[in-house]
Amino acid sequence: MDRLLDLTTILSILLMIWVLGSVRRRHIRVEYSVSWLAACFILLALSRWRSGLEWFAEAAGVRDGPLALLLLAAFVFLAVFYRFSLIISEMKDSNIALTQRVAILEFQLNSREREAEAAREGR
Amino acid sequence: MILIPAYNEEAAIGHVVDEVHRALPGVPVLVVDDCSEDGTRTVAQLAGAEVLGLPHHLGLGGCVQAGYRLAFEMGFDYVIRLDGDGQHDPRHVPEILEVLKTTGCEMVIGSRFLNGDAKATTVARGLGVRFFRAVLRPILGQPVHDPTSGYVGVNRRALAVFSRTFPLEYPEIEALVVLQRRAFRFREVPVSSRPRKAGRSSITAWKSLYYIIHVLLGVFVNILKIDQRKRRQ
Repeated sequence: MDRLLDLTTILSILLMIWVLGSVRRRHIRVEYSVSWLAACFILLALSRWRSGLEWFAEAAGVRDGPLALLLLAAFVFLAVFYRFSLIISEMKDSNIALTQRVAILEFQLNSREREAEAAREGR
Repeated sequence: MILIPAYNEEAAIGHVVDEVHRALPGVPVLVVDDCSEDGTRTVAQLAGAEVLGLPHHLGLGGCVQAGYRLAFEMGFDYVIRLDGDGQHDPRHVPEILEVLKTTGCEMVIGSRFLNGDAKATTVARGLGVRFFRAVLRPILGQPVHDPTSGYVGVNRRALAVFSRTFPLEYPEIEALVVLQRRAFRFREVPVSSRPRKAGRSSITAWKSLYYIIHVLLGVFVNILKIDQRKRRQ
């Protein structure tokens, strides 16, 4: 149990450093790093707060502390993935609307250019 | 306006546009090129169509919606959509337009199965069509013989809705539900269908399964979404 908690602490810190490094190198935007950092922080806190973890294991009816930790980790990361699914869906909608708008503007611009050219030739 | 969504239809699109011009002289034809990798755009332009070229591939729903948006902004009252692969005979367009105008229905579907003279191209597709007929019957409150038909005419009211909200993948069935939930009406008119002029359908067995799940989910979500809006109002 102790070894698992230590391992979780180390992995949480490593993930946190990795995410912060990515933010610094601008590979991840700050607003999208918040979910990852929050997830890391929760896991870090739980891995160091043994009584809290035991309380959760008992409340959830899970006999093993490690299993409770895994359950929590899975839930935390599922929440992060869900948040990113929302963001991706919103971005896809925006991309579609933008693509359609660019195409329509280009169409209108070409039509105006053709009309202007026809008017010049007619003069 | 005649709206033709097209993706990699270089071999067929010129013939389709020609055919539309011959059947309906003077009617504007808009080809929406969904960022094809071949010469679809050039061939359509050479055939005399206006081309709305999308800078990125959006899929059928996004492509059709772009055309609806442009048609709405240009002030068209009726838009009839044909496929770019030559399966739809444009000689049925006047019938569809006539029904749109005389009945006041928001949508008219060119149905391959209304008179029972056409058969689905594969057994799986035939089963799929029957399945969706059964699912849609209680939702729409009237039978629909060809819910997957892409040969569709809409009036300005439907155009206003579709230019704002239109299903992105496999749009035909969901579009019917979108209209029905707004108390819009639709009718079917019989049309004949022909084999594709060129190319192959991209729908495989796995894609068919995905199609069924995706469309069922889309229909369900649309029902929930609109019912929720009604309750709030």
